[in-house]
Amino acid sequence: MQLQEKFRSIFHRGSETPAPARASSHAGSSHASPAHSGPNLSFLKSTRKELQTTRPSRGLEQFFFNLQGQVGLSILDLAGASQQNIDFLTNLGHKVYSANVAYSMDECFGTDPSGQMNPGRIDYFLKSIFDYPPETFDGILMWDSMQFMGPALLNATVERLTDIMRPRSYLLAFFTVNDKVQEVPAFNFRIQDSKTLLVTERGLKPTGHVVNNRSLEKLFGKCESVKFFLSRENLREVIVRR
Amino acid sequence: MSSIPHRVADADSRNTATIGKAVKIVGQIYTKEDLNVDGDVEGTIESQDNKVTIGTTGRVQASVKAREVVIFGQVQGNVEAIDKVDIRREAKLIGDITTARISIEDGALFKGSIDIRKPEPKPAVAGAAGSPAVAAPAAPAAAAPIKTY
Repeated sequence: MQLQEKFRSIFHRGSETPAPARASSHAGSSHASPAHSGPNLSFLKSTRKELQTTRPSRGLEQFFFNLQGQVGLSILDLAGASQQNIDFLTNLGHKVYSANVAYSMDECFGTDPSGQMNPGRIDYFLKSIFDYPPETFDGILMWDSMQFMGPALLNATVERLTDIMRPRSYLLAFFTVNDKVQEVPAFNFRIQDSKTLLVTERGLKPTGHVVNNRSLEKLFGKCESVKFFLSRENLREVIVRR
Repeated sequence: MSSIPHRVADADSRNTATIGKAVKIVGQIYTKEDLNVDGDVEGTIESQDNKVTIGTTGRVQASVKAREVVIFGQVQGNVEAIDKVDIRREAKLIGDITTARISIEDGALFKGSIDIRKPEPKPAVAGAAGSPAVAAPAAPAAAAPIKTY
């Protein structure tokens, strides 16, 4: 009876929160892990963990500073659905809209950069990911996806974004500072708190567009203001106020 | 002796309806028991006080309304759960979610909005407020909500 209860508690914990359960399973239940998955998977997971780092983000801090004191805002998170981001945003009392812009870019344009100049594909991409009524959002978390867009796609995306953003709403985007490289690492971004991100590298991707402060100001010319923060990771964090 | 496990299995299957892999339903589904969807459904699914599970082979083009919704397969439509929505790693959901709690695994594909609506606290009944919350997890297999019908 006691043994059965122990098993039940172990499996129950595992299904509720998989990651912590895996970490704590080193303590004693070595026989429990093979039941979940094969040995190869755990090896892959351990290598993936090495690419995760936490880092402070002034841009993120500024983004949430601008929204503080308000609840019930509509926030579009384009990093793909993640428990951390959803929990953080909903705990602030906001409504979260989620989409995965990196996935949609791969789906619409593949690995061929010339696809990003095709007006038909650009139109399909915009409809697939930004099919919202005008002035829907109070905040958009664009993360690093814009730096992988070619000029035509980038201009069309910014035009669409300014359309679906409410006046005086905010957008957060990251661009690499290094204009001499042709490929930069792409990341998944998970919000740890209002000023810290957990970033996981997804591999290298070709940069679609070299930007500097002036070109960014021109790109977001229709918006009220553009604010820059330089991070130690060679990133230019940009806050745009519509 | 050996009849105990059989009885437990029978009780479980009696409380869960299943739409099999090879089944396609177009229309409205309303059920008063838990529902597993392994086939195709177009229309609406409603199981107000129970749990709806969309299996790995399940393909649903419907709005889903239940106490708890667990998604392993594909859903295109709005999902409304009184208690919890659970989106597993291989799931694909395009639609808006309204729920009190949400769990989403990394790798799941989701496009839509999430509206967290905490259930309104019931007016406290004098003296009995604390004890049911403690007692409920102690007997999870009892499937108490089903007996309300």
